[in-house]
Amino acid sequence: MATQHSRSAARLMMAPAVILLLGWMLVPLTMTLWFSFRTYLPLRGGDQGWAGFSNYTRFIGSSSFWPSVQTTLIIVGGVLLITVVLGVILALLLDQPMWGQGVVRILVIAPFFVMPTVSALVWKNMFMDPTNGILAHIWRFFGATPVEWLSQASMPSIIMIVSWQWLPFATLILLTAVQSLDSEQLEAAEMDGAPFLSRFWFIILPHLSRAITIVILIQTIFLLSIFAEIFVTTGGAFGTRTLTYLIFQRVLESQNIGLGSAGGVYAIILANIVAIFLMRIVGKNLDA
Amino acid sequence: MARAVTTNRKALNTAIAWTIGFVIFFPILWTILTSFKTEAQAISDPPIFLFFDWTLENYSVVQERSNYMRFLWNSVIIAGGSTILGVMIAVPAAWSMAFVPSKRTKDILLWMLSTKMLPAVGVLYPIYLIFIKLGILDSRIGLTIVLMLINLPIIVWMLYTYFREIPGEILEAARMDGASLKEEILYVLTPMAIPGIASTLLLNFILAWNEAFWTLNLTAAKAAPLTAFIASYSSPEGLFFAKLSAASTMAIAPVLILGWFSQKQLVRGLTFGAVK
Repeated sequence: MATQHSRSAARLMMAPAVILLLGWMLVPLTMTLWFSFRTYLPLRGGDQGWAGFSNYTRFIGSSSFWPSVQTTLIIVGGVLLITVVLGVILALLLDQPMWGQGVVRILVIAPFFVMPTVSALVWKNMFMDPTNGILAHIWRFFGATPVEWLSQASMPSIIMIVSWQWLPFATLILLTAVQSLDSEQLEAAEMDGAPFLSRFWFIILPHLSRAITIVILIQTIFLLSIFAEIFVTTGGAFGTRTLTYLIFQRVLESQNIGLGSAGGVYAIILANIVAIFLMRIVGKNLDA
Repeated sequence: MARAVTTNRKALNTAIAWTIGFVIFFPILWTILTSFKTEAQAISDPPIFLFFDWTLENYSVVQERSNYMRFLWNSVIIAGGSTILGVMIAVPAAWSMAFVPSKRTKDILLWMLSTKMLPAVGVLYPIYLIFIKLGILDSRIGLTIVLMLINLPIIVWMLYTYFREIPGEILEAARMDGASLKEEILYVLTPMAIPGIASTLLLNFILAWNEAFWTLNLTAAKAAPLTAFIASYSSPEGLFFAKLSAASTMAIAPVLILGWFSQKQLVRGLTFGAVK
């Protein structure tokens, strides 16, 4: 039984974390909202007063807005598709009996711990470089002309790099879910002569659905704001400018704070739509 | 009943899994190998795998050219500092939510999680401005605070899921025996919570070490950690694959090793306990 004393002590102990996060959320958010309604150019005259909704309409009306949303969605969608499909296959494979399972798992997990700037640079230079990269060597070995990956096939290249980084995460979570599968049910189905595909479709996939949802939601939140991979490889050129990168350019490169802030508000709205779904699922888990 | 598995089947599984594991790990392996080559061998066609003249020259060149140790030190301070600070703030909060839950505990937890979903770019300029006003732009203390705030929700959640598994009866017994709140936390709870706190520290150290939005945007020369150190290699200067590899190896080695110890916590920490 919690006493009145311990209850007020508990409130006191929670206070620092709550106050800090509240400040972290409210102060910058309020400022972003405020700036988004101002004409604010720090290098060209500073804050020039009220702008109404003009920043919002200008940001949406600019020729780079819709392409950037499209780029963002293609990257997020592409990476999700690759990591979830391969993640399920890998998780099922790693669950099979084999020698050296622990070592294989370590090899598969490793990319997740490589910092984004490193993986982007390693892929850009040592693999995708059109003269000296490994892929160029392979292409020449087969008598083909090496591809200039990051300019001619910029989007698939970026999706590849990011998928390589996130596949371990998807695999690890799906593997955890696969391991909690009731093996007796599977065996019963196998004895009844159900082929692998129908066992997969009717027993394994439904069991994994929750883990897959979690993977999709958490990755979406991180993928919506990928930055370093684009910053280091293409710098937003060749059609790889995502919404995050567009806002970054408006704020830091062209120093148009009002416009960038309006873009920031759009990004926040986009992220919140995803977040609401994630919260529902995680919240349900709290009751269990 | 355990299913009988034929040796053939097991051998096949092993072969496939090892091949895939090798392919996924290859970029890291290749980077480590290349870091020990000369620049000429690093780009030779066909590529050389193991039979090259192993050299440590690249490591000393990288250290001389860009003072690796300073960046490493910044990374250690920023990642370590933000994690320790975060855990110090989160332990009391998670303790009270796990052991003195109220009707609002769940809402507070979910709200904390929601702050994690704020896209960083949406608040880039305000933070930038605040940092300039406070004079902490490009300082280790500023970055430590930002990374602490970013990871605080994950830290609270991880600690909360660990603390919830500690049986409450033990605490009640201690209370019956007249232990004060301070003694209860210090002598009963802490020893039981240490494994959970350790894995929280580990995972969040890794997340802070690899964070690459704020560290790139809020630092210049003084406080730049390894993420920025590596980004400075993005424009090639002549022959540089071997040096790039040496720099990359130095940047990822510490965390790669820590990461392998914390795979289990990764699932738990990043899914907020929703997958166990």
